[in-house]
Amino acid sequence: MSRVTLLALQVLVAVVTLALWQVFSTVPVFGKVLLPPFFFSNPVDVFSQIVKWFSTGVIWKHLAITLWESILAFVIGSAGGILVGFWFARQPRVAAVFDPYVKMVNALPRVVLAPIFALWFGLGVWSKVALGVTLVFFIVFFNVYQGVKEVPTTVLDNGRMLGMNERQLMRHVYWPSALSWMFSSLHTSVGFAVVGAVVGEYLGSAAGLGYLIQQAEGVFDVAGVFAGMFVLSAFVILIDMAVTVVEKRLLVWRPTPAARD
Amino acid sequence: MTEPTAVALDGATVAFRLADGRVYTAVEQANLAVDHGEFVAIVGPTGCGKSTLLNVTAGLLKPAAGTARIFDKPLNGLNRDAGYLFQADALFPWKTAIDNVAIGLEIRGTPRSDALARAERWLTSVGLGAFAGRYPHMLSGGQRKRVALAQVLIRDPKILLMDEPFGPLDAQTRQIMGNLLLELWTADRKAVLFVTHDLEEAIALADRVVIMSAGPSARIIGDWRITLPRPRDIAEIRMEKDFHALHREIWGVLKDEVMKGYVQSTQAGAA
Repeated sequence: MSRVTLLALQVLVAVVTLALWQVFSTVPVFGKVLLPPFFFSNPVDVFSQIVKWFSTGVIWKHLAITLWESILAFVIGSAGGILVGFWFARQPRVAAVFDPYVKMVNALPRVVLAPIFALWFGLGVWSKVALGVTLVFFIVFFNVYQGVKEVPTTVLDNGRMLGMNERQLMRHVYWPSALSWMFSSLHTSVGFAVVGAVVGEYLGSAAGLGYLIQQAEGVFDVAGVFAGMFVLSAFVILIDMAVTVVEKRLLVWRPTPAARD
Repeated sequence: MTEPTAVALDGATVAFRLADGRVYTAVEQANLAVDHGEFVAIVGPTGCGKSTLLNVTAGLLKPAAGTARIFDKPLNGLNRDAGYLFQADALFPWKTAIDNVAIGLEIRGTPRSDALARAERWLTSVGLGAFAGRYPHMLSGGQRKRVALAQVLIRDPKILLMDEPFGPLDAQTRQIMGNLLLELWTADRKAVLFVTHDLEEAIALADRVVIMSAGPSARIIGDWRITLPRPRDIAEIRMEKDFHALHREIWGVLKDEVMKGYVQSTQAGAA
């Protein structure tokens, strides 16, 4: 299939879906509207809502807040994951002691932490960041841990035979290996940073995309909910594209950048 | 002899503790001396502990008994006089070919520009001058071996340890690599300890061929001086009469061990 055909077909799916949605929510079939506007709204209303957000400029503030929370969650979670991942991988005894607790915390659905974070950090940015951090941290942690552990013995022995001391092994062998694992899960960890921010906002906040959706839902404004969802999707896709660019740049040396999470 | 012996193993015994607590003796009472500038090949059946012996010489393994002396000094920790060419891919996959070669100098404190300039010369001398910017995964198996060879030789080690370095390569590439190795070695004679399971390769390359028995508790059971004239072309030398005579003689000893090794590996489910 050529690129043009593919693109045409992809657009067609969107057009057909939107058209069906529009028709079934406005035109009665056998005297009955299949998608009652109260529950499903319709594409025209959703679109005009989005246009209104952008034309009045309200949306920018919310996007900025969500973006900022996501970035903070990603940076802090990654830094923590790298540090602890390295520490555990180089100190198997520490890893063994903490192992059950790591599993326990990781098994916990992070949403239940949101109320506690709201209590600890208030309804501002930091409670959302905290939620995102708990998601990002574990992905980065597991990947860095694995990356340090999975350095092939031969490569390690080669480093030693070439005269590397522990510090140089760290810099030239463990660090690049760990980073490559971390980067290969970049899509997942960035995605989770956004999830943490939005879910946190949804559960209690005064700004952000999650807040917008939650507000619309609170007044049964279904068009607003859908509009929020569309803006959120576009936001995530843009971030994901940025991640792809960064990834291509950083993992040139890899034969096939397979995603691991 | 004025130069001290490059490698001297005296009664070296290597044992491993297995997962079930038993002790597995890989190599027993190995005595081996490699002179300065001498090319010694170790040949033995699969799983006989050839690599183990090499790892003892490299200082990656500690012998359970016996001693290893390098230039008349007891080996303590890693062997700093040795360069090691591994059987498996050991290049750093996240570094380009030239960075892989330069790293051995950089970690020694050589300024990066100097290290890169010398690495470029080494890449050229292994025939990869045009591939400096490639990452290992963009190179063929033979090219990766060339980079690995340059990576080891740039540090100018006095002893070169090679663990079936050309094992994963196809027959033609092996011969080309063998000739390249001989060419580089002739230019700057280092003590070489070359492990292989291929007797022909061993005779074609080495000054001495050492035969090990089948494991466990492998011992050194033979030591032949290869008097074939140098310079050699390892593809052509195989057709000479003297080569055949040596091959027949050594194979007579090796054959039984290979069969023993084969039987053991099938019975024990590979050791």
